[in-house]
Amino acid sequence: MRNVYLVADNIITPLGFTTGENARSMIDGKTGIRLITDETLAPEPFYASIISNRVLDERFSDENDPSKFTRFEKLAILSLRNALSGIDDYLKNQRTLFILSTTKGNIDLLRENPVDDRLFLWNTARLLKDYFGLVNKPVIVSDACISGVQAIITAVRFIESGLYDHAIINGTDIISEFVLSGFNSFKSLSNGPCRPFDKTRDGLSLGEGSGTIILTSDSTLCGNNKIVVGPGFSTNDANHISGPSRTGEGLFLAISRVLKHSVRPVDYISAHGTATLYNDEMESVAITRAGLQDVPVNSFKGYWGHTLGAAGIIESVMGVHSLKNNILFRTAGFKEPGVTNPINVIDKVLGKDIGSCLKIASGFGGCNAAALFYRI
Amino acid sequence: MRQACTISKVCIIRGNKIILGDKVILEYDGPDFAGFATHCYRHFQINYTKFHKMDNLGKLGFLAAELLIGDSGLTTRYKGEETGVILMNSSSSLDTDRNHQRSISMRGNYFPSPAVFVYTLPNVVIGEICIRHRITGEGNFLVSENFNPLLLYNYVSTLFDRGCIESCITGWVEINGNNFESVLFLIEKSGSTETGIANFEPSALQKIYNSK
Repeated sequence: MRNVYLVADNIITPLGFTTGENARSMIDGKTGIRLITDETLAPEPFYASIISNRVLDERFSDENDPSKFTRFEKLAILSLRNALSGIDDYLKNQRTLFILSTTKGNIDLLRENPVDDRLFLWNTARLLKDYFGLVNKPVIVSDACISGVQAIITAVRFIESGLYDHAIINGTDIISEFVLSGFNSFKSLSNGPCRPFDKTRDGLSLGEGSGTIILTSDSTLCGNNKIVVGPGFSTNDANHISGPSRTGEGLFLAISRVLKHSVRPVDYISAHGTATLYNDEMESVAITRAGLQDVPVNSFKGYWGHTLGAAGIIESVMGVHSLKNNILFRTAGFKEPGVTNPINVIDKVLGKDIGSCLKIASGFGGCNAAALFYRI
Repeated sequence: MRQACTISKVCIIRGNKIILGDKVILEYDGPDFAGFATHCYRHFQINYTKFHKMDNLGKLGFLAAELLIGDSGLTTRYKGEETGVILMNSSSSLDTDRNHQRSISMRGNYFPSPAVFVYTLPNVVIGEICIRHRITGEGNFLVSENFNPLLLYNYVSTLFDRGCIESCITGWVEINGNNFESVLFLIEKSGSTETGIANFEPSALQKIYNSK
């Protein structure tokens, strides 16, 4: 099987509109999570990581009329445009796969019009495909909070097997009254900015954003610092639709499959780390069962919250940034270990030579995914 | 090398009718999905209390998988981790999304429920099928305007080729209001089953999907 390389990427969160801008904000100790008072989103003030409409429209209006696009579309277009910059002409052909990863797409439109065509995810994906002049019918992955990792795994497999040569993967989700009210009804929102793996953690913070990864089989498109993506696997707990397995069985199985098929040891883990009691506990169990308890692990959720269907992409991009730059980010919000199985949570920014990053994720429906990125 | 696979079983739920293989095993005369689902549950003497908590997409996928797996021996012939569940539809979870939206649309009558919200993700039906049949292997939910046999074929074939799975439940599970349609296929490696319907190919999936 041929290697699949990461060529370019982008992430958009309140911390920045490029991967580099986000990394600089993180090193400076910033977080995108703040107290929001907005009655169109929730009856009470809440903590979340929200991108300002004003800033979004400013960025967007250089080439487009912001009033003609939805919030979701603006985020996805900006992220794709940045990642595609300089290589888009090379990718506009039938050898390129386009994948959209999202849980809810334009769900904010549902309040006004329950039969709005833009609620169909395939309409959203088609708009993005047409906007960038791509050729193939888009593939849409909607697999809860593991969507982003699943989209990457799907692209890698399709390129490895020769079905395509390149893939453009975008993951986007927005904060909406719809999603806020749902997580609130589950009582899974934190009273402050979320605190992954911490003793005092009390729930997640929601976030919004967009991330794009461009993959290829053509190593000449990459610079000297080559990142290979894969292998990756998904599993199901077959245990509960809204709660993680106490034994971490599904995630353990996904990680084990990566370890079995990988040519590299795991040097660093980018965890899901939502900061709910059960998720972080479950991850610590699965990581320990896989024998990776001493490997440095962090969660990015304290910087930009849980970005749902975008999370797997955004966090993989920052994991790869860590690989390329030999920097491990601290777990924002983490102070004191609060999971039963002691794992090696990164609590300050570290300069460290790392060769690989394991991205893991779990979600509603009992799904889990794990994928490895490594340097060659 | 491409692993040769077989479509070993098919279950079609469409137009208030259920077809298993080439036999119509149930016909129902009623206006809505809720009535249809309850009728099926009783008719096939299913005893699974969690069924009643599921949303309509969950019930539709659950019923199709229940009849598909039925006496196939799938769960005894394969370990849970050897089976995949790869599903597709057009409306994602929009049917239940509208229910959740109704619960929050009025400021004075705000009652979001976790029991509804959890189903505002299309892949939860995969979770329901996995729980029922102890399936722990590969899963994914893909959204497509129409039934896309080539994408399902490519996805599932890649899983077989890489040795990720030995068997797979794949197909279409779509519901939008009272319009519902499910066509589920059981895919196994050729030679591992005597009950093959057709070779696993995009054209065979499309032909079966098109059958009335």
